[in-house]
Amino acid sequence: MDKKAGRKVVFIGNEAVVRGALEAGLGLAASYPGTPSSEIGDSLATIAKQAGIYFEYSTNEKVAFEVAAAAALSGVRSLTAMKHYGLNVASDSLMPMAYVGVNAGFVVVVADDPSCSSSGQGEEDTRYFARIAHVPMVEASDSQECKDLIKYAFDLSEKFKTPVLFRMTTRVNHGGGIVKLGILPTPKTRGFFVKDFKRYNILPPGKEVVRMHKEIHAKLEKIKLVSEKDRINFVVNEKAESRVGIITCGISYSYVMEALEDLGPMPVLKIGMTYPLPEQKIKDFAERFDTLLVVEELEPLLEENVRMLVPDKKVVGKELLPTAGEYKPEDVLLALAKVTGKKWDFDFEKHEKDFAKLKIPKRGSVLCPGCPERSVFYAAKLAGGSGTVFPGDIGCYILGMSPQYAVQDFTISMGASVGFAHGIKKVSDQNVIVFIGDSTFLHAGIPPLINAAYNKSSPVIIVLDNRITAMTGHQPNPSMGLTAMGERTKEVMIETMAKACGVDTANVKTVDPYNFKATYDAIKTALEKKQLSVIVARRECQLLAVRKKLKEGVFIQKYEIDNSLCKKCGICLRQFGCPAIHMEGRNYVIDDVLCTGCGVCSQVCPNKAIKPKVKE
Amino acid sequence: MKDTFNIVITGVGGQGVLTLLKILAEAALKQGLEVKTSELHGLAQRGGSITCNLRFGKRVFSPMVRNGEANLIISLEELEAMRACRYASKEAKTNFLVNSYRMYPPMMYVNNEKYPDRKQITAGLKKFGRRAVFVDATAVVKKFVGNTRTANVYLLGRAKKEGFLPLSRESLLAAVKEFFPEKHFDINKKAFDLGMKK
Repeated sequence: MDKKAGRKVVFIGNEAVVRGALEAGLGLAASYPGTPSSEIGDSLATIAKQAGIYFEYSTNEKVAFEVAAAAALSGVRSLTAMKHYGLNVASDSLMPMAYVGVNAGFVVVVADDPSCSSSGQGEEDTRYFARIAHVPMVEASDSQECKDLIKYAFDLSEKFKTPVLFRMTTRVNHGGGIVKLGILPTPKTRGFFVKDFKRYNILPPGKEVVRMHKEIHAKLEKIKLVSEKDRINFVVNEKAESRVGIITCGISYSYVMEALEDLGPMPVLKIGMTYPLPEQKIKDFAERFDTLLVVEELEPLLEENVRMLVPDKKVVGKELLPTAGEYKPEDVLLALAKVTGKKWDFDFEKHEKDFAKLKIPKRGSVLCPGCPERSVFYAAKLAGGSGTVFPGDIGCYILGMSPQYAVQDFTISMGASVGFAHGIKKVSDQNVIVFIGDSTFLHAGIPPLINAAYNKSSPVIIVLDNRITAMTGHQPNPSMGLTAMGERTKEVMIETMAKACGVDTANVKTVDPYNFKATYDAIKTALEKKQLSVIVARRECQLLAVRKKLKEGVFIQKYEIDNSLCKKCGICLRQFGCPAIHMEGRNYVIDDVLCTGCGVCSQVCPNKAIKPKVKE
Repeated sequence: MKDTFNIVITGVGGQGVLTLLKILAEAALKQGLEVKTSELHGLAQRGGSITCNLRFGKRVFSPMVRNGEANLIISLEELEAMRACRYASKEAKTNFLVNSYRMYPPMMYVNNEKYPDRKQITAGLKKFGRRAVFVDATAVVKKFVGNTRTANVYLLGRAKKEGFLPLSRESLLAAVKEFFPEKHFDINKKAFDLGMKK
């Protein structure tokens, strides 16, 4: 990030966004990590001090949005970044911000995840948010564009005093490309909040709100003119001979251009501002074609708009390309070949069929060897018994759903485990055990915990405190007493928090997951009490713990299986499910490279066959 | 596109697939080529299959390699090499460079599946690609470098040695140097040189 102007570097989209924001004079940024947007925060955390700007991890996306919006209200250029579902959380504050407006550039980066290749919950298409919120939306298709269009978005935001949504998708966020660096200005990091009671309060009587709403629409009309004029929406291969014109946006543009390298040039209208759309530009572009092919991932948003704009043209899109799942470059190639009547020699279908004939065991994500959560899952499964309901939440522990443990019955949204647990307790006598991570608990677990205590509920809530926000790539959070910029700060104690929420002091326990018996006993006792209880299972994420040990040269005591004692019950492999254990013939073996020495397998082995490895 | 070179790097989350990708991208950049990459982050990194793409040439748009169009597949794990056959084809004359290190997917034991033996894997790779080279990268670096994490850089050297990579030794080494903190350069240089020696 500290590299000089004019240099070319390879950046993934997330890094390019940060560079672009810095070149645009970013003064403050706030984020809650969520893949595929996480590396935006990571990069900001790395460079903030050096760049002389402020960056923080906020407790959730709504808070992050508010922090950044407030900076922009006070005249400092700001940015917030989140994953698609994060925008749902932030949307409560996004909607009024279009009314209130900003005084300096304010860009809200949102990362969608078609095919959910890096996150869960669903294939939400956040392009609709721009329309509900009445704010412009800019979309980039590669790293260089990320950098350029973020700067564009800041200018647009400031010029029209509106938040601007900057939408990315996984393959752009995590796609790398060459970026030419520009000049870094001295950022403006100090502002001043100028009071404007009338503008900043959207209050009844309705007349005033209606007037503000009207103004937003007038503003959007003006932005539409910009959308018509600016090169953010541009045509390539304008002169190419063709009866089909292509309209596309985002990552799909790169697949289209790649396909045209092979099929020959065709005219393409690339939409960089998906709201408001350049309606006249679309009409003008469409004029000379009899067919328009719209290439966009997820919902047919552009397609529906194009169809309305040029009702006399044939518009195709989702009849050739899928609505669900991300596009693959070959999907786009074949769609283009089909619509133009061109041939493509390679038979992708046959190739896929041949490939499917190979027998390859699946390899899904698994809890890492030594992960403290494994011990808690296995303990909860044994303690809870059959019929226990396990409401789950968002984090590495989503892997509790693996059949070895089967302790994550459903995943809805951040913090939802606690709300659902209470609801189930109100209508069923089943045991209910919740798993929620430290960061997720602080993100959205507190209001439902207060609710559960207030409304006299009795689930067992296990907070898996691994001292970090692990799944998104190890970001700090308030329970570790460390800020994004690496400064020590007040550490939020989850136990204290639980008591303050109304959980009886006697029902708040702390356990070390590496002590299997203590973990099991705590869960068993809590279930027998039939009262609302919180168990904090605290142990640092082993990825970090091992990294530290290696760095400090601390000896890691690995384990091995004594096959003269092993009775081949398979608990370590099939129920405890440690990936460091596998079979060689009939014997169970621990892989020396993978074992991190947690030793929990030796505690769960009923035959005492797993022991510290004797040094060679 | 015909003159674009497509590489697919696969392995298991945590093995250093991304590191290898970033080094190769930097080396291609150093040679003045257009570069596009595709990384994988998030939950998939936790012990799951990881597939990353790298494409370089004069004009490159898509960061993703189309099925059957990889020129080189580097796999840090045997089973994952087989899974990458989707990207291989006779037409693309795909070469495979495979670390003959095995990681057993825990689900295999729940689903009663078998990890294919070497013969089956070789047959699969040969069916889809041109050549398949297996090397004991993890074992070699464990013995001679003392750090299994350098297996990826060993494979980089080996890919160059086998003539699988249209990038110069100089730019590869320069990229290795740029990627790692200075104190880790020596062990990685050692791993690279070991790979170059076979």
